[in-house]
Amino acid sequence: MTMLCINQLSVTFSQGSKHVQALHEVSFAVRRGESYGIVGESGSGKSSVLRAVCGLIPQMQGTIQLDGQILTRPLKANFYRQVQMVFQDPYASLHPRHTIDRVLSEALVIHRFDHVDRRVNQALMDVGLDKGFRFRYPHQLSGGQRQRAAIARALILEPSVVLLDEPTSALDASIQAEVLNLLDRLRQERELTYVLVSHDLSVVSHMCDRLVVMQNGAVVEEMTRQDLVLQRAQEPYTQTLLSASLGYRKDMLTPV
Amino acid sequence: MSELLRVEDLRVRFPSRTGSTEVVRGISFSMGRERLGIVGESGSGKSQTGRAILGLTPEPGQATAQRLVFDGVDLTTFSQAQWRTMRGKRISMIMQDPKFSLNPVMSIGQQLIEACRIHDKLSKSNARTKSIEMLKAVKIRDAARVMGAYPHELSGGMGQRVMIAMMLVAEPQLLIADEPTSALDVTVKIEILKILDQLVSDHGMGLLLISHDLRLVSSFCDRILVLYAGMIVEEIKASDLMQAKHPYTQGLLNCLPSIDGQRRPLPTLDRDQAWGR
Repeated sequence: MTMLCINQLSVTFSQGSKHVQALHEVSFAVRRGESYGIVGESGSGKSSVLRAVCGLIPQMQGTIQLDGQILTRPLKANFYRQVQMVFQDPYASLHPRHTIDRVLSEALVIHRFDHVDRRVNQALMDVGLDKGFRFRYPHQLSGGQRQRAAIARALILEPSVVLLDEPTSALDASIQAEVLNLLDRLRQERELTYVLVSHDLSVVSHMCDRLVVMQNGAVVEEMTRQDLVLQRAQEPYTQTLLSASLGYRKDMLTPV
Repeated sequence: MSELLRVEDLRVRFPSRTGSTEVVRGISFSMGRERLGIVGESGSGKSQTGRAILGLTPEPGQATAQRLVFDGVDLTTFSQAQWRTMRGKRISMIMQDPKFSLNPVMSIGQQLIEACRIHDKLSKSNARTKSIEMLKAVKIRDAARVMGAYPHELSGGMGQRVMIAMMLVAEPQLLIADEPTSALDVTVKIEILKILDQLVSDHGMGLLLISHDLRLVSSFCDRILVLYAGMIVEEIKASDLMQAKHPYTQGLLNCLPSIDGQRRPLPTLDRDQAWGR
């Protein structure tokens, strides 16, 4: 059962006579309850895919289907509830002058949820933050705690699809393990569908069942976790990425 | 192996309203012409250690050491003027993000020529030829175009190569690289590491690589110092890293996800109060 289907997605950014095609006919489908990875270097368009899906790029071409329905513009409020995003930098994605309580309850009020107080406490508990954090400002939290707060903000609206844009790349290795475990547990408990963008192949391999590799705004190849483990990459670009993620060797392949 | 740098009981302190905070607490090590890695999490004091060796502890911080000997010269008694003869010429540093370490309003060429003229007292035209040579040495293909470009016109990988080229002008004996590749993509990272690797083996330079990436450091360096809360908790040969003794090092290694291992949940790090003492 397909939860999210992206068909021939193209995005061109224009300024005056300058045009940059950020995405070239990208297509893939994500099943319900699956965790799907997007891997690529900076500028490969992996974040643009996520931004297009959650409606942050209005000038896109192609179609996006959510739960069997083609999205039409303007996007409905229910769509924004169902699809939530967690951003890369927890230092930049939380409002510096809003308390965690305000960040979490604002979304609830907009979407007319009941029992705001109870839901905020529950959301904090679910991500492993105790009640003491509720009335703190982001600068009073560490990086890992902030990312937990950002995850709580995304999950408080009970979405079915969560878009994760490099959720751990700003964090230390030990904190990264905690956040990955948290995301894993939440997905199992709530049958969430994840789309995870990362440049780190080992993170994607740990979290995702299937993945696409992107380069210069186009899909290079689609792989399963099994392909990654057995290093069965078809394209030379993917092979370079694979060998680079294993560490440094003198006889390393020079990148294409 | 001849000794290039000896550090004994290095401490870096930052005064605050509630008394001073010591971020580096008595670090001692020595290194020769080798690749030494310093790893640790954010806040472990690894960058402050690197800066203190160059006398670049930011105000109002204070760095003290029992001994800080570089190539037979004691640096602890140096005046600012003496430091300036050392920095760049004999010990050099490259930082994490080239965007912040290059001058945004000078072209790459001007910055390189300035470096050549300060260090080697070359004439303008000779400095220009040397600059182009240096850019070629770090595998920049169209050196002439890059000479006229401004930092914002270059990609991260190019910018980092320019930084290395600038440092190469003086041919320092010791290079401190503070997270030189963490702002770069994996494939570009490999190219930069290759260049650094060549410099160490061809020019006999010592390299102090500061990084949070245990996997990278273990595959690139000869020896590793593991820092925790401003102290060295373990010193280990890179090839023996998998047999690390200290629970912190083991914890850091274990919590990395790997492509072939399917461990769920990932082991997390249980911090022991005793490590920081």
